[in-house]
Amino acid sequence: MGISYYPGCTLKLKAKNLEDSAMAAAAALDAEMQELPRWNCCGAVFSLADDNLLMHVAPVRDLIRVKEQGNDKVVTLCSMCYNTLARANNLVREDEEKRDTINRFMDEEPDYTGDVEVVHFLTWLRDDVGWDKVKAAVKKPLDGLKVAPYYGCTLTRPYDVAIDDQPENPAIMREFIEALGAECVEYTEQQTCCGSYQVLASPETALHDANKILGSAQGAGADVLALSCPLCEYNVGAQQRKLQENDPESPKVPTLYFTQLLAIALGLDEDALNLDLNQDAARELLKNKNYMAVSP
Amino acid sequence: MAETQEQPKVEMIPIYIMGKKYIVPEELTIMKAMEHVGYQFIRGCGCRMGVCGACGTVFRKPGDYKIQVGLACQTVAEADMYLTQLPFFPANRATWELEELEGTAEEVHAAYPEIFRCVGCNACTKVCPSEVQTMDYIALIKRGDMEGAAEHSFECIQCGLCTSRCMGELPQYHIAQMVRRLYGSKLVPPAKHNQDQCTFVENGDYKAMMDELENMDKDTWVELYKERQWEPGSEGEDWRPDSDKGLLGYDG
Repeated sequence: MGISYYPGCTLKLKAKNLEDSAMAAAAALDAEMQELPRWNCCGAVFSLADDNLLMHVAPVRDLIRVKEQGNDKVVTLCSMCYNTLARANNLVREDEEKRDTINRFMDEEPDYTGDVEVVHFLTWLRDDVGWDKVKAAVKKPLDGLKVAPYYGCTLTRPYDVAIDDQPENPAIMREFIEALGAECVEYTEQQTCCGSYQVLASPETALHDANKILGSAQGAGADVLALSCPLCEYNVGAQQRKLQENDPESPKVPTLYFTQLLAIALGLDEDALNLDLNQDAARELLKNKNYMAVSP
Repeated sequence: MAETQEQPKVEMIPIYIMGKKYIVPEELTIMKAMEHVGYQFIRGCGCRMGVCGACGTVFRKPGDYKIQVGLACQTVAEADMYLTQLPFFPANRATWELEELEGTAEEVHAAYPEIFRCVGCNACTKVCPSEVQTMDYIALIKRGDMEGAAEHSFECIQCGLCTSRCMGELPQYHIAQMVRRLYGSKLVPPAKHNQDQCTFVENGDYKAMMDELENMDKDTWVELYKERQWEPGSEGEDWRPDSDKGLLGYDG
């Protein structure tokens, strides 16, 4: 039995760099990720409407695809997908009545009982690969790189899907960063929401949140922010341009997906990073730091 | 009394068309059964061969909650089925200029933003008479897989039943058609043999042959036509005609 991999839609388009670097890193760690041959959008957000089960059909269907593939575990990268799949899974596992309704509705699919394990790539690194093996596989330790972990909301909230036993003071990103030989920068806003979809309804709110997060990380001396979510990347990464337009004194911190840092430390080449999809600041940082050859 | 010729015995069955009961001979297709009881099809009927998608029909059988679909020209009427024709369903159809597009998924998303209203209920797939995995191709388009979506939607006959069932109000079949047109014209490399032939025509390589035909008297022309060599139906791709005359760019 292998491990299924659920990419999520954004990882096939705007965040292909998150997927590419993760898959290259997994291969370098001798792990085989089996991408689901059939999958649909998870819905991106776990629906909190108590009596509308329809929004849970899409993520549950994806978990049925994991079973169809012959696996009992699925790894995800995008924080939003992770959160949605894991919570839908818990709902089906714990609420017999809702499970029954969802199964009756999906009468073209086999019944699902919530028996797939949904794990985030970081959890998989910690629990299945192990930090010792990650450390042993590191070829280019990120000496001197000050990495600020950014969890955002959905990796640690709510508690029942948190990827760390201490959701209010998680260690998993620090352990990861230190395994790569980098220095973990602790700062107060690492679990502050990036503003999420408020970027559409209330762009100023999202900019305010990004400013706070970036200011906190920059104040703590971060060289780079490590992310796991394409929406966080948009709000605290891409939107830095907007922050600068509004106020040239706004904080500036390059952003990379955590998997890109992993790929660099594992000694992979620039192709594995797909840097064209990052902000220019990320490429500048890597050129200056000299961990890998980076094209101009 | 004159001897009557024995008629083949035909069983008659009841069917319900838009709620009204009709008695029709069994073993007729739904379309022929409807014509048998007096319906005339001016719209909602095309090829009568299950390809054109004009005669979508929805029906239910007694004691079964499942809604079922078929093409009226292909589906045999069964006793006690309740049915209605759904040959057309209003669907949003975006306007776009092929020449102005590059063939990206983002262009499809821009033309049909409602694609992101899909919640994955799969009702579209359940009613597809061509057994296309409709929801799957919508998922592929959402994540930018133009080739996958073109391949997965290839068997679509544009009947529109998917759209009739969609709670997200997507015009799946129009979206997929845009994808296939973009994929075929922008993303697939042009076929070499096709390009070659266009070049031969542009260079006038066929002109002498055409002139010869045009200047031929009718009897010679008819004779040539009668004597032309046919490609045997059973031959494979290696078959060659006895004469290579007229075969430009044919390198075997």
